[in-house]
Amino acid sequence: MTYTGKKIISQAYLWFVLALLYAPIIFIGIFSFTEAKSMGNWTGFTTQLYTNLFTGSGRSTSALIQAIQTTLIIALVAAAAATLLGTLAAIGIYNMRGKRKKTIEFMNNIPLVNPDIITGVSLFLLFTLLHFTQGYLSVIIAHITFCTPYVVLNVIPRLTQMNPNIYEAALDLGAKPGLALRKVLLPELYPGMLTGFILAFTMSLDDFAVTFFTRGSVGLETLSTYIYADSRKGGLTPELKPLMTIIFLLILVVLIIVNIRTIKNNKTK
Amino acid sequence: MKRSKWALPYFIFLVLFVLLPLIIIAVYAFRATDGTFTMSNISAFFTKPTIVKTFWRSMEIAVENTLICLLIGYPVAFILADKNLNKSAFTAILFILPMWINALMRTIATAEIFHAAGLPLGRGSLLFGMAYDYLPFMIYPIYTVLNKMDKSYSEAARDLGASSFKAFTKVTLPLSLPGIMSGIMMVFMPTVSTFAVAEILTRNKIQLFGSLINEQFNNMMWGQGAALSLIMLVIVGLTTLLPTGEAEETEGGTI
Repeated sequence: MTYTGKKIISQAYLWFVLALLYAPIIFIGIFSFTEAKSMGNWTGFTTQLYTNLFTGSGRSTSALIQAIQTTLIIALVAAAAATLLGTLAAIGIYNMRGKRKKTIEFMNNIPLVNPDIITGVSLFLLFTLLHFTQGYLSVIIAHITFCTPYVVLNVIPRLTQMNPNIYEAALDLGAKPGLALRKVLLPELYPGMLTGFILAFTMSLDDFAVTFFTRGSVGLETLSTYIYADSRKGGLTPELKPLMTIIFLLILVVLIIVNIRTIKNNKTK
Repeated sequence: MKRSKWALPYFIFLVLFVLLPLIIIAVYAFRATDGTFTMSNISAFFTKPTIVKTFWRSMEIAVENTLICLLIGYPVAFILADKNLNKSAFTAILFILPMWINALMRTIATAEIFHAAGLPLGRGSLLFGMAYDYLPFMIYPIYTVLNKMDKSYSEAARDLGASSFKAFTKVTLPLSLPGIMSGIMMVFMPTVSTFAVAEILTRNKIQLFGSLINEQFNNMMWGQGAALSLIMLVIVGLTTLLPTGEAEETEGGTI
């Protein structure tokens, strides 16, 4: 086969798979402009759902907005706590040797390979046995358990790459450990911490099973549990369609901007 | 060295919220409702027809889904990693972008597409929807490995007279095995354990092992649920023992 022929087939294949992948998202986008409850049912063009979303009117919009807020708060708190806990742990693990290092590294991997239903169920049993009131706090703790390993695994490579003498030099030159940490260690670890934070944040946002089992019965709803409850009742809150469309477009725009910037940076290098 | 103590808070956290809960699962799996020791929860897994059937059905579907993802995903990863076939790095990002949309929402939309097209919800829609959900998890690790691979190996094979097919099966494919293995890990287990996705895609017609566990806990049958969870844990533990090469890599890359 000629080279251009190969290239055309390859590109066609990529775009075919992409078309399949994006079909449901495009479907949501199209039907966000009609008021019908079930998707695939076109009852005329309207931007009413978008208006409802921003003004909070509509039958269950306020519950939906409440769920979005809960999701964001949990994800922010869990990701921040995981970043703090995970960075400290990474520094500790980096300075460990032998069996202790192996043990904690092994334990750090457990939440990564554990199916989320097991994480959820096991924590549900723990909280119930301890008579720990399940709600915001139990969900946040549960999210920290599956978020922190990502931070640890992203910070450790930064530590191995950096020259350990820089930190020691700062101490030798009279910097207090706190100052050396802020001025020397943190700037080196920052990229790893940021990647870890972003990963933790997105994992938390997308979680369903763990939240489902640890939220208790106080009526706490994140976006995932809200959508699940909605789908069981049979009728999806229509305002979810414009919400998902907006989220998707926002992420697309951010990614495009980030990529244009990295391409520019690579060119100037 | 004092700084090794910095890991202490995380260690305590792991013991409390990862290790202890797993021990509790093991305890409940062998505990009768009156608190005495029992094997009946575990033995139900081997004898109770509904459980046995559900288990093998989910294994089957998980294998099928993993194969579908591998067959569709490998060529995608291959093309993305080949600079001659695909120049833009942005195309690679397009493949992980859907993951930022809530998975349940995407699943519901998939079910609605089937519904709108007049297709029945069942095994077909389940496999389609799952492949759609897990494909990025297969593409990404294979892509990472292929991208880092030294291209001169396969070029050398070609120079030494191998056909391009042979150069691929004898050189590139074996070298990309670590990526394939971690891709399989990332697709297989989540497929077995998922419950919401299967419920939505089949309108509860097809039950998977994850749905079964969920059902036990919903019906307050903690012992039975814990026993099934424990069995799943053992399976997960066994799959991590498979030769994965450098599968544990979680370098963020540019997302």
